[in-house]
Amino acid sequence: MRGMYAVFKRELKAYLFSPIAYVVMTIFLVISGYIFYSNLAIFSIISFQAIQQPQFASGLNVSEGVVRPLFGDMGIILVFMAPLLTMRLFAEERKSGTMELLLTFPLRDMEIILGKFFAALVIYLLMVAATAVYPILLLVFGEPELGPLIAGYLGLILMGAAFLALGTWASSLTENQIVAAVIAFGMLLLFWIIGWATSLAPPLLRQILPHVSIIEHYGNFSKGVIATHDLLYYLLFIGFFLFANQIGLESRKWRGRV
Amino acid sequence: MIEVEGLTKFYGPVRAIEDVTFRVEKGEIVGFLGPNGAGKTTTMRILACFMPPTQGRAVVAGYDVLEQPLEVRRRVGYLPENVPLYPDMTVTGYLQFVAEVKGVPRRLRKQKIEEVLEACGATEMAGRLISRLSKGYRQRVGLCQALLNDPEVLILDEPTIGLDPRQIIEIRQLIKDLGAQRTIILSTHILPEVSMTCQRVIIINEGRIVAVDTPGNLQAGLQKGAQLVLQVRGPAEAVERELRRVAGVVEVRRQEARGDGVCSFVVECDRGAEVQEELAAAVVRNQWGLRELRATGLTLEDVFIRLVTHEAHEEEAAA
Ligand SMILES: Nc1ncnc2c1ncn2[C@@H]1O[C@H](COP(=O)(O)OP(=O)(O)O)[C@@H](O)[C@H]1O
Ligand SMILES: [Mg+2]
Repeated sequence: MRGMYAVFKRELKAYLFSPIAYVVMTIFLVISGYIFYSNLAIFSIISFQAIQQPQFASGLNVSEGVVRPLFGDMGIILVFMAPLLTMRLFAEERKSGTMELLLTFPLRDMEIILGKFFAALVIYLLMVAATAVYPILLLVFGEPELGPLIAGYLGLILMGAAFLALGTWASSLTENQIVAAVIAFGMLLLFWIIGWATSLAPPLLRQILPHVSIIEHYGNFSKGVIATHDLLYYLLFIGFFLFANQIGLESRKWRGRV
Repeated sequence: MIEVEGLTKFYGPVRAIEDVTFRVEKGEIVGFLGPNGAGKTTTMRILACFMPPTQGRAVVAGYDVLEQPLEVRRRVGYLPENVPLYPDMTVTGYLQFVAEVKGVPRRLRKQKIEEVLEACGATEMAGRLISRLSKGYRQRVGLCQALLNDPEVLILDEPTIGLDPRQIIEIRQLIKDLGAQRTIILSTHILPEVSMTCQRVIIINEGRIVAVDTPGNLQAGLQKGAQLVLQVRGPAEAVERELRRVAGVVEVRRQEARGDGVCSFVVECDRGAEVQEELAAAVVRNQWGLRELRATGLTLEDVFIRLVTHEAHEEEAAA
């Protein structure tokens, strides 16, 4: 634990002293801000019309009209941004050779992996916290339902953590940060779209694939539903990639290719 | 302190070391000597618990590297070949990180860091960014990091590589000082380094140990016999004939004659044979002029080259 905390602190400092975290955060906030603004603008126009023509007003609410699309879009931006946050974690150490010293310190492999993963997670949480401005604006000027907001954030955080776990694993596969980012991006995209092909798949896969898809589980959260199997999916996803990372590390040690 | 038995490591199909066996006693400074690609780094990485061996056993500071790597790592300080440090950290920041990782208690950290900086002569660089350090200071900071956990064993892979001559002398002295209370194994492909810093030397070539001894014994032991150099004024051929007749002489090689009729000879004789007096008597008896008579020793360099090439020849012959 002590070792993990030390690795975590060092990683976190490395993030704060390098531009990548700031660039990713800025882009994420700018794009999600723009999406929030345009959704809100469209929503107000529709609401305004609804005042004049009350038959349209039924079924119109902020959660459906603004909050859900916002979470949906933030999820998509995240597919692009998470790999950029994690690509450095192992690839850089492998390239510069510092991995050799790190692995001879009295640390368990998992302490190293978790330390790095949590550092990326904290940066991500900061980024997510900054997006809280949008719902706060909604709370000040309107009355959005709290349920979908809270569930949406829980979903966003869990899905982000899953992306980061996958990205951290991808970073341990190569010495090249770009390659690490591309692998992570490709895998995330695959997990995102995997549910699309279900209609063509054989019956067994047709049942399984939707549950593997990352977006499927995310959708429930932004509807305001917190279901055990969605929680479990993300926790298993995170656990799987952290564990895969450890196995990979161990096997590269045996082969002497760290 | 270090016990290595039958250590073998394959990188895929490539065999880096094979059946490496040696011991290092507590308090020794041992040199691990071999040409590039001999398997020094591989062996040291296994000892530092960076990677497991394919076969064999290594016990460092009382713990097996395969079974209790964490216990070994707590008791070992390792300096890898290219001194990989984080360039974007300051020296103190880096050492703080290492101290924390190595479990130095919080209240002792500051003092401990000052101590190792002092011991390695890097105090004045404490606030400097690692990317701005000279090669010599990088090496010192590398040593600092290895020393932070008060290791019983120091494993140093080519600690003087890439340094300028003055820095080399300083680092060697530093290693000697550190060796006063610790067991040190250091690798090098530079010969004079071992005779200067080490009490014992392990010579490795193409993944196998070819010799283990003190630098002095290696020099003596490899000499097939004693070698003498003679300078005699007189008829070269007659002198050579006469010298060969002395009991105990195995071989006489005549060097180029100088203009003034003085000629040098290299005389090889059986080990233990005391031939100097006999040789001198033979020269005097023939009324030639004896200009010089001295024993030559092999340098460690000769030993090294002989050992390494000798092995290669044997292998060729066997194949
Ligand atoms: N990661 C690796 N993958 C494949 N072969 C390697 C690797 N590291 C070293 N080798 C090979 O193993 C042998 C021993 O290398 P090494 O231990 O680095 O020697 P030294 O440190 O004595 O120069 C060399 O032939 C080298 O090419
Ligand atoms: Mg080497």
